[in-house]
Formats: sequence, structure tokens, C-alpha cells
Amino acid sequence: MPGITREEVAHLARLARLELSGEELDHFATQLDDIIGAVARVSEVADQDVPPTSHPLPLTNVMRADEVRPSLTPEQALSGAPAQEQQRFKVPQILGED
Amino acid sequence: MMDIVKLTAAEIAGKIASGELTAVEVTEAHLARIAAVDEKVNAFLHVDREGALAQARAVDAKRERGEKLGPLAGVPLALKDIFTTKNMPTTVGSKILEGWLPPYDATLVEKLRAADIVVLGKTNMDEFAMGSSTENSAYGPTGNPWDLTRIPGGSGGGSSAALASYEAPLAIGTDTGGSIRQPAAVTGTVGVKPTYGAVSRYGMVAFSSSLDQGGPCARTVLDAALLHEVIAGHDPMDSTSIDAPVPAVVEAARNGSVQGMRVGVVKQFRGEGYQAGVLQRFDESVELLKELGAEIVELDCPSFDLALSAYYLIAPSECSSNLARFDGLRYGLRTGDDGSRSAEEVTSLTREAGFGAEVKRRIMLGTYALSSGYYDAYYGSAQKVRTLITRDFEKAFEQVDVIVSPTTPTTAFPIGERADDPMAMYLADLCTIPTNLAGNAAMSLPCGLAPEDNLPVGLQIIAPALQDDRLYKVGAAVEAAFVARWGHPLLEEAPSL
Repeated sequence: MPGITREEVAHLARLARLELSGEELDHFATQLDDIIGAVARVSEVADQDVPPTSHPLPLTNVMRADEVRPSLTPEQALSGAPAQEQQRFKVPQILGED
Repeated sequence: MMDIVKLTAAEIAGKIASGELTAVEVTEAHLARIAAVDEKVNAFLHVDREGALAQARAVDAKRERGEKLGPLAGVPLALKDIFTTKNMPTTVGSKILEGWLPPYDATLVEKLRAADIVVLGKTNMDEFAMGSSTENSAYGPTGNPWDLTRIPGGSGGGSSAALASYEAPLAIGTDTGGSIRQPAAVTGTVGVKPTYGAVSRYGMVAFSSSLDQGGPCARTVLDAALLHEVIAGHDPMDSTSIDAPVPAVVEAARNGSVQGMRVGVVKQFRGEGYQAGVLQRFDESVELLKELGAEIVELDCPSFDLALSAYYLIAPSECSSNLARFDGLRYGLRTGDDGSRSAEEVTSLTREAGFGAEVKRRIMLGTYALSSGYYDAYYGSAQKVRTLITRDFEKAFEQVDVIVSPTTPTTAFPIGERADDPMAMYLADLCTIPTNLAGNAAMSLPCGLAPEDNLPVGLQIIAPALQDDRLYKVGAAVEAAFVARWGHPLLEEAPSL
């Protein structure tokens, strides 16, 4: 497996929405490389005819009757909001100026 | 005062029911103990003095009216700060949720309240339950009551430290890779990871959804069983909750025995990285099981050697997805919103400011493992390992009733020792992780002090899924035999704070 470069870490940080500092990029590049190097052994079983397990329980859809039930009030739902306006979450601009 | 806080939960409940003690007296004794020692231990992030006393008064009133009390009514409890509590701060040990007051109680919290258990407050933890030492808390590390310069285990170090320092007789933890059992082991207390799906995850802040499991922490096996019975059971609010009767764990804890049981010892749970004193105490535990009438069976579970690797791909992958909700838009911290920045930029700045190093490291690791081109090699392969581990357990449980191992490869290490060496830190979870990957049940209980450092060693007992009662049956027998041998519970050897 190829080593993890600083550029790769910067790309991952963008994907993960983390504004990492330059120092963190260097630090994480070394550490992620070490960790991936240590855990890459799992791929030794990849060729085997083994089905993957994503979850310990055999999950099936759980349905309930579609009935109206009490839920959080708008005030409760907004109670932790960093900013709100007219009973809505107020967020920074989604689209650019242009 | 000291006498009350040294009682077990079962003893406290008995004394409250008989009128020998009031719930208010018991709660005040524990609040006083917290006030006296928690500055040193840092087990609590939030103490709800008024709420706890109000709940205690309600229990006393109920008793005076002659109403029937539940088996743990009036007993104080320390709650890991990962469960949402209505109008009580819930931080998950993170700056990103500092001061957040959830608008609802987790199902587990509702059950505690319905059982008249007195919630003292919220306990310290590794941020988002990521860690093996409670050093990753944004609110400072917790000290191990056996030696305050050492870690109390993670991520539920606050809960176990609260028990070991007599600040609470009961506590709640969550176990994703060992976060209940590992702190129990290094603090000389009892911790149980129930079968995956046995305790509701509704209102428990998700780290790795296919692994996370809430469970009981206590100073005795019986106390853990009493709490287990309160919090377990089907919850329609959690789609991963098991719709099956709760095993008779309390009955099992009251009838401890290993007579005629087959107990497995796994070859892969020893070797490099294990402290000599830990292995010595473990070997003595195996001898004890034989003396008590168990048959010991050697087991080979070759895929366990890959468990740590699979875990440190699966858990970060699920965490990178679960923690996407912390975007600074609907609750929690928001940073950099000066009117000129986009939502995406504000989200990135908020997450950078709000998350600590371990959380960032795991988000990055998960993002990498799930990214195009690497998915099959890492995440896909890790899931195949998970299948192999489950098969190893299935084969093992065809031959034995339970498996035993050391809970942790070493005793509590000094705070700071592994802080900047993630792989060294991750080794602490070596023995606990296979169980999380397979979803079965496990317990840790004290089995003595390591001779080289006089610190507690944990014995892990593993049972098949839905057979949680076996943990208590074996655990109670082992505990009784050890206490008889030592002449007192292990915790009495801890230095007084």
C-alpha cells in the first residue's frame, strides 16, 4: 500500500469538513500512515470466499402504524440552535454571492 | 457518612425499603463524598444536586405512602455523559456540545427514572467515547482512584472512577470496543457489556452504531445484575433493539456456580504485549475455576489476531458518518459565522474548533477507509474479518459455555504515557474488541492486584449472544471465591482518598 501523503490528508480533511491546520496535516499524515500500516493486515483475508458482516443482528425493516403522535414542539427542536429566525434554524449562506 | 457510601446498591435499597435509611440521607452522603473527593478524581462533568435530592425526596414520599418500591429505588447512580438527559447538560466529553441541554431523555434514562434510581449527574469520558484512557475528554482527564496519576481506563473512566472512589454505588457506561469492561478492569470494579441490542441506544450519542452498547457498572456482580435488569429490554424507538425477554440475570447472580461448566481459554488472548502480573492473576483465576468445578478447554480462535485491525477500520468508518451531524447548524457550537462565510466553511471551522485530536484522527481514518479505491481493501476486508471472528466464537461456543481472558493486557498506565502514540493506546482494547465485533455479551470483574505495581487486574468472561445470565452465574461464583480468599472486596485495598 502506498504511504499517505500530506496532500492526501488535506483532501480527506476537505471531504470530512475539517479545517485542519498545517501542523495537524503533518502530524496526521504520519499517524494515519502508521495506523493504516498496522491495520492493513485485514486485506490478507480479502481473497477468501468470506461474506462481509456489517452488523451483528439480522436487521429487517421495523415498521409501525402511520399514526400522528406527539413530538418535540418547535421551541424544543430549536432549543439548541446556534441561531434561529421565524421558528427556523438560521444557517450561513448555502450558495455563493454569484 | 463513610459507611453509607461503602454500602452496595443492594444493601442501600434494602435499608431504604426497611426504613433504616432514607433516600435523602443516602443521596446527601454521596453528594458530600463527591464534594470531598471529586476535585482530585474529576469523575463528574456535572453534578445535579437539586435534581438528585428532589428524586430522593419523591422516593421517600412513595415509601411513606406505602407504595411498592422497585429493587433499586433510592439508589444513587452516575451516568456517562453520552446519554441525553432532559434539561441536564450532555456534552459527550466534547467542546462541540458544551452547555447543550437536550430536549428529551434517552430511553435508558427514562427507565432509570421509572425505577426510582437517583441520577447524581454526568460522568467524564473520552470525547465521543473514543479512547482507552479518558485523557481525550475536552474537560480534562479523570484520575484512577488507585493512583491519581494513572488513567482510569476509557472511554467510561468517569463512571468507573466514581464507583472506585465511592462517589456512587452504581454507574452506566457504554462499550464500543471495551469502554465498560476496560475501565472496570483497571479500577477494580465490575462492568458488563450486554448482548448487542439488549439495551436501547435511543438517546445514546452514536459513535459506531453497529458496535455501541450501553450497560451496567457496579462494585459487585449482583449490583450490576440488578441494574442490568432495569435498563435492558425491547425499545420500539431503537430499530436495533432486540425484541426478546431479558435473561434472568439477577437470579443468575444470586445463584453463582461454575460446577460442571465448560470454560474456554483462548490461545490468542495472551502473548506479546501482556504484562506478566496480569497473566499471573489470570492463570490463578483459571485455577480457581477448576477448583470450583469447571472444566477448562483450550481454544484456538485464529481470526482474533485480526480483531484490533478490523475494529480500527470499522469504528472510525461508522464514526466519520455518525459525526457528520455535528455541523454547527442545528445545535452545539458554531464558529466563524461572520456573515461572509458559506455554510460549508462555517461547518469546517466549527468542527476544527469543536473536535479534539482523537476524534479528528478517527474521522480522517474513517473517511480514508471509506473512500473510493480503498473501500474494498480496508472497510470491505474488515467486514470479512468480522464474519471470521463471529465464526470463531460460534465454533468456540459449541465446545464451551463461557470464555475467559484477561480484560486488558496491562494494568492502568500513567496519564500521558501513550497520549501521542495511537497504536499503543489502541492495544488496551486487545481482549475486549472481538466481542463487540461479534455482538455477544461480556463482563469484567476484579481478579487481584498485579504483583509488580499493586494495581487491579480484570478477568473477562464472555458468553454467547442472549445468554447474558451466564456471565452473572460465573461472575458471582468467581467473585464469592475471591472475596473469601482475600477476606474482603478488592476495592478495600485501594488507598483512601
